[in-house]
Amino acid sequence: MKKEWPVWEVFIRSRSGLDHRHAGSVHAADAKMALENARDVYTRRQEGVSIWVVPSASITASDPEEGGELFEPAKDKVYRHPTFYDLPDELTHM
Amino acid sequence: MEIDINRLDLEFQAKIDSGKTIEPKDWMPEKYRKTHIRQISQHAHSEIVGMLPEGNWITRAPSMRRKVTLLAKVQDEGGHGLYLYSACETLGISRDELFEQLHSGKAKYSSIFNYPAVTWADMGAVGWLVDGAAIMNQVMLTRTSFGPYARAMVRICKEESFHQRQGFEIMLSLCNGTAVQKHMAQESLNRWWWPSLMMFGPRDEESTHTEQAIKWKIKLKTNDELRQQFVDQTVPQIELLGLELPDPAIKWNEERGHYDFGAIDWDEFWRVVGGNGPCNRERLSARKEAWEKGAWVREAALAYAEKQESLREAV
Amino acid sequence: MNKSLYDYLILLGDSPLILGHRLSELCGHGPNLETDIALSNIALDLFGQVRNWYQYAAEVHGEGKTEDDIAFLRYEHEYRNVVLTEQPNKDFAWVIARQFYFDAWHFSLLSQLTESRDERISAIAAKSIKEVTYHRRFSSEWVKRLGDGTEESHIRMQNAIAHFAMYKGELFEETNVEKEMFASGTGADFKVLKTQFDSFTNEVLNDAGLEIPQIDWTQRGGKQGVHSEHLGYILTDLQYMQRAYPGMQW
Repeated sequence: MKKEWPVWEVFIRSRSGLDHRHAGSVHAADAKMALENARDVYTRRQEGVSIWVVPSASITASDPEEGGELFEPAKDKVYRHPTFYDLPDELTHM
Repeated sequence: MEIDINRLDLEFQAKIDSGKTIEPKDWMPEKYRKTHIRQISQHAHSEIVGMLPEGNWITRAPSMRRKVTLLAKVQDEGGHGLYLYSACETLGISRDELFEQLHSGKAKYSSIFNYPAVTWADMGAVGWLVDGAAIMNQVMLTRTSFGPYARAMVRICKEESFHQRQGFEIMLSLCNGTAVQKHMAQESLNRWWWPSLMMFGPRDEESTHTEQAIKWKIKLKTNDELRQQFVDQTVPQIELLGLELPDPAIKWNEERGHYDFGAIDWDEFWRVVGGNGPCNRERLSARKEAWEKGAWVREAALAYAEKQESLREAV
Repeated sequence: MNKSLYDYLILLGDSPLILGHRLSELCGHGPNLETDIALSNIALDLFGQVRNWYQYAAEVHGEGKTEDDIAFLRYEHEYRNVVLTEQPNKDFAWVIARQFYFDAWHFSLLSQLTESRDERISAIAAKSIKEVTYHRRFSSEWVKRLGDGTEESHIRMQNAIAHFAMYKGELFEETNVEKEMFASGTGADFKVLKTQFDSFTNEVLNDAGLEIPQIDWTQRGGKQGVHSEHLGYILTDLQYMQRAYPGMQW
């Protein structure tokens, strides 16, 4: 079987000041081409001002099976959220 | 072990029922994976084969405005194919393998693209009817259970909104034009009407996948429900254009609250699905030719990338 | 009407029209999806530029002329595109070589026109130059990839670069209208055009490991309305609807 162009994940900043967000993926032989392909495929309607491309193979993802141990422990740390604290209504700007 | 799988199956279905999406790395039944590979790739193939009938009119578009909108539309279809192939690849199959399945005839694509686009009015009818029919399915699929598929559909639906309008506008210009143009529009509507109705697939009683598909939210409505919805929304549009109805049996049924319509020629449907439509061979060979002719280009780009990489490493 | 200005705008619009036509033939037939989409983007850019030139030309002409009259309703000898642009899409190396020579010239032309004394021309050029900067980058990247890719791609790219070399001379042959436009500060300096073109293309060809074709003659005629055999077929497609159904709105 012949080799295929590798897959790259594409992240786009839609406006200045915003985070890059995952837009999709493209195939490309190298990073330069991946950027160009991402530009041609994902910004046809002015969707972006900046693009990142990352080889899909370089992404390490968390295992959904471990979702419990990874994410559930944060569930009861309510004190990390501002609404945990009971303050008088008269208090403003806090 | 078997009990374990059953439990996973039940949990999986419960997850879908509760409206959660399934992501590529989540556990899924093998059948879910296979069905999705089949359906998403079929959808992707339809997009890129669908570029061909309209693509053959870009060079002949009658005005500069029509030329750029048609080219942008056909190009979008390529983009949509790409989004869908990407979604499919998350299930652990490569795009090359998917192309292989298309080229060998193992994978199907929407039969509508096996009909020829022979007049300019067909650019109107295809955009209006074919995209109109497709979009009904696609809007539904934005809520499907498999995350990458649903997200691809959201992007596609956003971009497609101009396609159907583009088609209807072409029809409108023809219908407001000369007698020759209006005739062209009518003739095109007559030809595309039945194939468009067939796009929703076989009747519910003959559709083998429906029940499972509804369980997995690949389908939220049955083929016949969607077909009826399409007829109901399209008949008033035909009247608005001032064209004659393409089927004498179309009649408002007060009791049902829907339009009745005539019998679909299912023999034709199965014949075209089976490979013997007017353009099946042409479409497939055009795809294969583009792919084969591009092989040396794809190889060259890889070889160049590898050389550049080793140059960098040597520094 | 200002005949010289009109003729000049036609010269500016016709080459991108015919090249865009050739590129649009490839939509749906590219070597892979990403490249297919990229080529259509270039065609769309070119058609957008064509419309700007023709709309301006139509205004200069007056008498109710439209961009579509100019695009679709002229005789073959009235089209003034360089013959380079009408050459067929024989293979991807041909597509890239044709594009590469064209983009190198187009870039230099448009960057000069951003300084045109005619404000409309300079505005159109300023918008177009961004697009063409990208086109030139795209085609030169591909020249390098194919030139320095596999043995097969090297041979194909070398052949295409050598083949299209016979069309590039016409890009630098100044017609009377172009001389007049340069003199009045509206048009481009062809000496600069040629120098920039040569230095850019030579550098890319060197990087690509390709031989720079040595050629002392050129195909010509397009800018005078004398074309290769290919243009007739292009116009058969391009004009089909307007000729078969004259005077209708679409």
